Amino acid sequence: MKDLLQASIDGDLPDERGRFGPFGGRYVPETLVPAFERLEQGVRDHLHEASFQKEFRRELREWVGRPTALTLAPRLSALWGTEVWIKREDLAHTGAHKINNAIGQAILAKRLNAKRVIAETGAGQHGVAAAAACARVGLPCSVYMGAVDIERQAPNVDRMRRLGAEVIAVESGDKTLRAAIDEALREWVTDPAGIYYLLGSAVGAHPYPYLVRELQAVIGEEARQQMLDQAGGLPHAAFACVGGGSNAIGLFYPLRGDDIELIGVEAGGTGDGLGQNAATLATGTPGVLQGAYTMILQDDDGQVQETHSISAGLDYSGVGPEHAMLQATGRVQYVSARDDEALEALEELCASEGILTALETAHAYAYARKWSQRNPGKRILIGNSGRGDKDMPTLSKYPPRTRTHAST
Amino acid sequence: MQAHERLTAAIRAANKDGGTALVPFITAGYPEPAEFIATLKAIATVGDVVEIGIPFSDPMADGMTIQRSSFVALQKGVSLKWIFEQLDAAGKIDAPLVMMSYLNPLLAFGYGNLARRALAAGVCGFIVPDLPFEESAELRAALEAEGLGLIQLVTPATPDERLRMLAQASRGFVYAVTITGITGGDAGLPKNLAVYLDKVASRSELPVCAGFGIRAAADVANVGQHVAGAIVGSALVEVLEQGSDPAAYLRSLRQT
Repeated sequence: MKDLLQASIDGDLPDERGRFGPFGGRYVPETLVPAFERLEQGVRDHLHEASFQKEFRRELREWVGRPTALTLAPRLSALWGTEVWIKREDLAHTGAHKINNAIGQAILAKRLNAKRVIAETGAGQHGVAAAAACARVGLPCSVYMGAVDIERQAPNVDRMRRLGAEVIAVESGDKTLRAAIDEALREWVTDPAGIYYLLGSAVGAHPYPYLVRELQAVIGEEARQQMLDQAGGLPHAAFACVGGGSNAIGLFYPLRGDDIELIGVEAGGTGDGLGQNAATLATGTPGVLQGAYTMILQDDDGQVQETHSISAGLDYSGVGPEHAMLQATGRVQYVSARDDEALEALEELCASEGILTALETAHAYAYARKWSQRNPGKRILIGNSGRGDKDMPTLSKYPPRTRTHAST
Repeated sequence: MQAHERLTAAIRAANKDGGTALVPFITAGYPEPAEFIATLKAIATVGDVVEIGIPFSDPMADGMTIQRSSFVALQKGVSLKWIFEQLDAAGKIDAPLVMMSYLNPLLAFGYGNLARRALAAGVCGFIVPDLPFEESAELRAALEAEGLGLIQLVTPATPDERLRMLAQASRGFVYAVTITGITGGDAGLPKNLAVYLDKVASRSELPVCAGFGIRAAADVANVGQHVAGAIVGSALVEVLEQGSDPAAYLRSLRQT
């Protein structure tokens, strides 16, 4: 496993078969093999080519609003006893890191001469990002969304439609994200040459985990430089929430060779039982789900289990294969935070720094706070993957605890 | 004779006198686990090879009908272990069996154990829809150690060179997917089907069975002009769903 970590640090992963050591690969039906081979070739031809990079970087700067700020959190630092720095992906266009990947893949779709784009979405954040990116490059976009999620996330459905996307309700399977991915894959099969499938996280079959990582790595690249410039040095530890794992891999990948403790925080839900959480790395076992060999939540018969999290964006039974590798090598530690801990952390951040973070992101704060108690005086970096405005319907069920402000 | 050769032999036997082999598919334990073996035996009296679907929580290559049957079977407690126990106790079944399973339940069961149990239960081969050839070495080796076959799928989108490679790697028969979609579609069989099926047949030394979109006697007759067999999946599952007689339905597919 030590050699595997070295290969990762050297930038040799994934290998030519899309493997991060034992993890990853491409487990897709034969009908999809030509589509994936086409995509892989397209990624090879364009992703690191100068004119693609020039357009991608320009769109990140002028349309997404990058670089996003690095913010020192003085009041939170005082409460926690550590020096807390926040990488502000909530300030990116459409309100989360998802847009980095969406605009990158939309540009790629255009260069591959796709006639239209399809995407899946769970909570709607990736759907909104994909709809916006497709409008920006001038491609029609269809978003597959579970019928249950459409019900739960009505404002995002409306946002997608206003951005010109068609939202397709998925009635099959569990009617949430997993079913939406399956349905998008089924649609892709019908016209692999004309359709571009814009996957939203660093999950699935090769080359998606690689492609999404490369597009999200801008988070960690910026944060690393900003820490040097603003904080005068790298952090002792960096924290990110992990659902599929795209914001976490984006933050961690450029930091993997540094002497920084990297900690991924999953959704601990309401407890440790199967079905009560979405802590795939912390409690799952290896298996094949939706195209990759990775850690998944499954029973003894290999049936994939339903998950629970207060945060829809973390509510997924699998995780990106590169995270499974980073866990196996010991480079990244994966832990979990429960629903109630995330809510508490969200409230604390709001009150102390005036930042309403996403419920997903709040999990990273919840664990960073615990870590800080054990490591006073250290400097830490938190990936603030998105803003929490979208969570107001959920948050309204948990009114803020009454605070009494002493009058002077 | 190795187990996978029994599949080839059963299909060739059906082809004598110009017949088309019929390969019915059922989701194990659907609609009622208690009826599994009785249903299996009934369709094995008509089918030349019988395909048993192992239910899975994420049937990404299947359409609504088979998805639905898969979820119902899971809810009723059907598992690979249960299926093997049922088959072990079933006694004589008139056709060689093939298991159709997504990879993860097989991984969870363990490949070595899987091959031994399958052979003992009368299973001659496996179809694994989310396992492309490039990822299949380990499972293939485990199955071949017991003489079982890993049946390869080809599709109209498969390039010619890959088609030759897959046809050569396949065991038992070659599964020719007739449409570039999922199971259970209403679109029927594509217009250029004949050209495609003739091509697959000409590239394969093994018999070729066509699947996806076969619902009526005319479909069976149609593909039978080009390849050795017809696989009937979603349409048969619908018959079971409606509580109709599956064997009678299968017999009707033979009448033209």
